[in-house]
Amino acid sequence: MTAFARIRFAALLLMLFGLTTASVLAQTLGPDGAPNPTASVTNQRTLLEQAPRIQGRIDIPDVKASVLMQPMGRTWDYFHEVLLHWGAALVIVGMLAVLALAYLIMGRLRIEAGRSGEMIVRFKAFERFSHWLTAVSFVLLGLTGLNITFGKVLLRPLVGPDLFSDISQIAKYVHNFTSFAFVAGLALITVLFFRDNLFKRVDIDWVKQGGGFIKSKHAPAGRFNLGEKMVYWLSVAAGLLVSASGFVLLFPFYGTNIADMQIAQVAHAVIAILFIALILGHIYIGTLGMEGAFEAMGTGEVDINWAREHHDRWLAEKLEAEGRQASATPAE
Amino acid sequence: MARMKFLCDADRCIDCNACVTACKNENEVPWGINRRRVVTINDGKPGERSVSMACMHCTDAPCASVCPVKCIYPTDDGIVLHDKDLCIGCGYCFYACPFGAPQYPQVGNFGSRGKMDKCTYCAGGGGPEAPGSAEEYAKYGSNRFGEGKLPMCAEMCSTKSLLAGDGDIISQLYEERVEKRGYGSGAWGWTTAYHEDVKK
Repeated sequence: MTAFARIRFAALLLMLFGLTTASVLAQTLGPDGAPNPTASVTNQRTLLEQAPRIQGRIDIPDVKASVLMQPMGRTWDYFHEVLLHWGAALVIVGMLAVLALAYLIMGRLRIEAGRSGEMIVRFKAFERFSHWLTAVSFVLLGLTGLNITFGKVLLRPLVGPDLFSDISQIAKYVHNFTSFAFVAGLALITVLFFRDNLFKRVDIDWVKQGGGFIKSKHAPAGRFNLGEKMVYWLSVAAGLLVSASGFVLLFPFYGTNIADMQIAQVAHAVIAILFIALILGHIYIGTLGMEGAFEAMGTGEVDINWAREHHDRWLAEKLEAEGRQASATPAE
Repeated sequence: MARMKFLCDADRCIDCNACVTACKNENEVPWGINRRRVVTINDGKPGERSVSMACMHCTDAPCASVCPVKCIYPTDDGIVLHDKDLCIGCGYCFYACPFGAPQYPQVGNFGSRGKMDKCTYCAGGGGPEAPGSAEEYAKYGSNRFGEGKLPMCAEMCSTKSLLAGDGDIISQLYEERVEKRGYGSGAWGWTTAYHEDVKK
């Protein structure tokens, strides 16, 4: 052995010794003095402190099964059973109370000048079709959706568990498939009424004049007043969000994980409840709240005096375009 | 009254999947449904641990709480059962379950779920079928519990990693093991499932 080789050998020995001592020092020993195999193991408590979920490798193709634990499920349960139940009840009952109050205080908003008997087309057949396609699917989706949250509290005690399950089963399918009709209706409405819902200077005057709620003042408006425009834009926004989150729920775990699914459900529920409250207001003003409003979407024609009181600018444009003279007396 | 629980001693689990196979065989679980699975944490790295997981039969089970048709309920022994006649396959129990236990057969387009299936603790079903009957077996699988036996997965476990039985007894067994060998990675999922943990 040459001197060089001897030095190399000594260095190697030293290294090996160093390595073993280092690794022995790094190990914690069990009570019997044996090396502790869990020295590097983080237990489940530590893992859950580090991340909201514990995930690993799995031998089956079901990717979502690789999540071993997700205690957030309990949080989602709390959202669904406590926050959503009370929150949604508060919003919906609150909205109904506000509308009832509005009816009691203001009553039905009448056509002040009375009916002229002369009609003008407000919504064409295709516009009405789009509205009612959306409206009918919205009501179906709303009722079947509310059934998932409130059915077990309100309907189940009335009809019994077996019938309630049958109803809910059908409701689930109705909800899933009506969604497509709703999206189609929403798309049509968004396109058809887009131009007339862009904000204009007249909207400021409309607000200044009390939005038609102050009887002594006349609030000017085009085809849609600011209130209607708000319903349009809020509905488009809510409709988009509720559809997007709905499709995530309709295609569960298609590129989403458990947290995404929970978030989608929370978003879907919260937006849907606010949407229902908004549409309750819309239904009220379109039926009970205002004389002459429903026929706009019913037959498509409105009384000229109604149009003059609520949409004077639109009426003027419309009459001019048609080359017509309104014989009815002005409202003011 | 005994309170039935599962406890997986991850320091003993060797990822052999015998529990998975035993469960599938005992309950004739259909293709694509996994009532029990083994997940390996830190696979191939220092500190690798495998954990066998199924329904933990939770205290205040979140699945039962969110179920829109109230088809899931705990028995007197703390076993969480469900009635497939009432289930509508909405999938909410899977979102609420901290352990990914509920399984659904694909029945239609998109993500259409059929009636939920999950570990029954080999205690048959929560429906109107007579305990131990062929109808019950076809819908929910084995009812070993009715015969005084524990779930097949735990009984088949080659390293006795997976323990089933009364919570007090299996936690005591586990604590004795930890005491003797000097280490343990904890009772996986216990705090989440039962609002309590083993002492060691």
